[in-house]
Amino acid sequence: MKQPLRLLIGLALAAGCTLAETHGAIAIRNARIVTVSGEELPKATVLMRDGVISDVGASVSVPADAWVIDGAGLTVYPGFIDALSTWGIPVTATRGNAAQSTATTTPEPRARGPEDRPQTFSFERAADLVSPSDARLEAARAAGFTTAATYPTKGIFQGLGAIVDLAGERGRDMVIIQPIGQQIAFRQGGFGRTGFPGSLMGNISYVRQLFLDLDQYEQAKQIYASNPNAGKRPEYDHALEGLAESPRLLLPADESQQIDRMLNFAPEFKKPFILYGLHEAYERVDELKQAKAPLLVSLKWPEKPKDADPNEVQSFRELTMRDKAPSVPGMLAKAGVRFAFYSDGVDSAADLKKALKKALDAGLSRADAIRALTLNAAEIYGVADRLGTVEKGKIANMVVMKGDAFEEKTTVEYVFVDGLQFQPSKDQQQGPAQGGRRPGTPSEGLR
Amino acid sequence: MTKRTWLLAVSAVLLSVSAHAQAIVIRNATVMTVTKGTIQNGSVLVENGKIAAIGKNLSAPADATIVDASGKFLTPGIIDCHSHTAVEGSVNEGTVSDSSMVDIRDVINPTDINIYRALAGGLTVSNVLHGSANAIGGQTVVIKLRWGKSAREMLFEGATPGIKFALGENPKRQGYPTQGFLSQQGPTPERRYPGTRLGVEEVIRQSFTEAKIYQAEWKTHNEKVARGEHPIPLRKDLRLEPLVEVMEGKRYVHAHCYRSDEILMLLRVADEMGFKIRTLQHVLEGYKVAKEIAAHGAGASTFSDWWSYKIEAYDASPYNAAIMAHKGVVVSLNSDSDELQRHLNLEAAKTMRYGGLNENEALAMVTINPAKQLGIDDKVGSIEVGKSADLVLFDKHPLSGFSKPQKVWIDGHEYFDREKDIETRPEFEKKKKALEDKEAASAPTGRRRNGAGAADAEAKPNSEEDK
Repeated sequence: MKQPLRLLIGLALAAGCTLAETHGAIAIRNARIVTVSGEELPKATVLMRDGVISDVGASVSVPADAWVIDGAGLTVYPGFIDALSTWGIPVTATRGNAAQSTATTTPEPRARGPEDRPQTFSFERAADLVSPSDARLEAARAAGFTTAATYPTKGIFQGLGAIVDLAGERGRDMVIIQPIGQQIAFRQGGFGRTGFPGSLMGNISYVRQLFLDLDQYEQAKQIYASNPNAGKRPEYDHALEGLAESPRLLLPADESQQIDRMLNFAPEFKKPFILYGLHEAYERVDELKQAKAPLLVSLKWPEKPKDADPNEVQSFRELTMRDKAPSVPGMLAKAGVRFAFYSDGVDSAADLKKALKKALDAGLSRADAIRALTLNAAEIYGVADRLGTVEKGKIANMVVMKGDAFEEKTTVEYVFVDGLQFQPSKDQQQGPAQGGRRPGTPSEGLR
Repeated sequence: MTKRTWLLAVSAVLLSVSAHAQAIVIRNATVMTVTKGTIQNGSVLVENGKIAAIGKNLSAPADATIVDASGKFLTPGIIDCHSHTAVEGSVNEGTVSDSSMVDIRDVINPTDINIYRALAGGLTVSNVLHGSANAIGGQTVVIKLRWGKSAREMLFEGATPGIKFALGENPKRQGYPTQGFLSQQGPTPERRYPGTRLGVEEVIRQSFTEAKIYQAEWKTHNEKVARGEHPIPLRKDLRLEPLVEVMEGKRYVHAHCYRSDEILMLLRVADEMGFKIRTLQHVLEGYKVAKEIAAHGAGASTFSDWWSYKIEAYDASPYNAAIMAHKGVVVSLNSDSDELQRHLNLEAAKTMRYGGLNENEALAMVTINPAKQLGIDDKVGSIEVGKSADLVLFDKHPLSGFSKPQKVWIDGHEYFDREKDIETRPEFEKKKKALEDKEAASAPTGRRRNGAGAADAEAKPNSEEDK
């Protein structure tokens, strides 16, 4: 019953210019397989069935019902994971909501302090927002991504992320695990319309207050539960519930002093944390190693601004940062610090390759680069038992390339997401990606 | 709070360990101690980051670094009681009229180049303040300009933290048509109470009234806990905590003000609510109410000759500092500026021309007096045995417009050396040029720009007017 339906959907998707196909079983034979979990297999077969890798090895027997792909000249990698993403959350969905709220209500009153819970969407769930209709998924797959740790991006407390596959019939098919964490961003609106907080220190103070409130909230609930007749029940707080549910926190830390600041700030929360950004981490490798916090390195390397004033004197620090940022991954790998890459808007195959090449040129090994695109993210989010490698029993998320992933002429031949087969066209791999902008990014309405 | 003081204590220990630098002897200088007169051809011995001996003929330890300061002038490190240097992001949490929950300590940016430039002017300690956008501003912190160190390593160990207050045009948002009382556009979401000077007073009184209630609630709560009861825990309020600290004398109030009537208003409110104003900042009309300021015990930190930049700053006088000093107020001269902080010694010199102060009294305006105002005069602010070796070596008399700092030490560490700086400039320019050339060579042409990403979430620092 289910197979024909999936086939039908597959065909429907194929008609819509992606080529998604499903089969009872698929075997890629005689391919080079970069398992990431262990040794590279120079000539082996990988077999998948029901969306799961059912066997990998040099001497796998291919069942009679399997659709066979000749893997000669092809390399199989685990599907790439974007470790901090918005993929799957349609841009229009968030924008639409914002437009609706301003259209139907008068301007929101200015937040007067932490008690108003400003810019707090800690309770929003990526898992409830994702949809295969997100137009960016096709380009992401064409770049080799099969999976993303995706987060809503509104406000300061942005909501609960989910690990999602970048294909599916419905949103709920995409979700692998949730919630995986809470992304925190600092919003600096100055004296403007939105009210408190308007400065960086205001953001930090607000985050601190909310965690103090959470502490008190949880204690109060516990005391009340142990003796409900002693007094009035503690008030329900939506914002704090979302925070309580967050298994870990993601904190922005791009520049050297920001990394230092967050390493000192994060322990106040008594929760696991991840730092993201890390472009100036070359100044802080020792501290980062000591902190043992996982890191997400942005692939959007800092560049000279396009509209830079030619008369403006460039600071030595900025020049150094633009020069040395791509050396961060190599330095972290050598120091044994766990990190994963995130696309940060670099989402076309061509741009991704360019960005990765910069890191390789600056000292990152190919093996470490692949790890940072696959298994490391799975480990950081605690899903390495089902994602991140080409191993028996794992979710059938793989990318099959003609040549090595880092060669300029290499093309993506097939992408498998949950065992569903896609064949990205050449155009998709070269052309500009759609909607490269992250929804709800800081610049909106915050000037 | 306990956690932070603990951290501070730990870092203080670490710093004192690292301060065990080599001994230094600065020889044959004109040593201007500020508090104990001036010694011609004097020497200063620095050991373990502290001033170990001062005199004419000091015997130096064998391994000591000898600095020949013949013809040069040695002064204590200069202290600025009003600075906004090294603040990342806005210096104002200007969205609310009481922003006491925010803390400058959280946003110190030790990579701000203005720190180094201030060092080059002999500055060693800064009172880094929140802006003046609100009646009760954010928490403030005293730093030592230990260039190259981390934000926490720059904190002045043991210095009492502060909080910024502001009166007058800034907190009532004068000149902001959509925010002040006289809005031409009717009510807008940007409007923020208060719009008048009366409102500013009311905000302060209101906040302290709340803080008193909060203080009492916690007292009752702690008594219950001490009795072994298990009450529902109280909420810790980051806005009211620092105000309670102010009432308990654990946090200094640095109040931005101009007009004499408002100064008196604030002193009355402080008396009524039971707290002290530690310093009045700017205080351009302080000369009119100097006796009242002295009676309250407040210090005054003013400009030498900077006024008329807004209506409430017109009735000013360059004699202000001297008049207040003569009336018994501890007076300092501050910069409030990344530029002015590089030559505060010259600001001090102006009090000799306007007000007839002597050299020591003038220098005190930027050394021991701000140290007293910040409660750190037992550690810095003069050249005395046992104090931190925060020292500046000037090539000429520090109150002369021709003088330039040659060397600056903090805790006995050399943080600035004019000769070394000049020597290394060509090399530095070469390195910079190489980076620029490299970037130009690899610049992509006509490359499409990707969308703003998470890395942009922390905007670049911007500065806002705060006079």
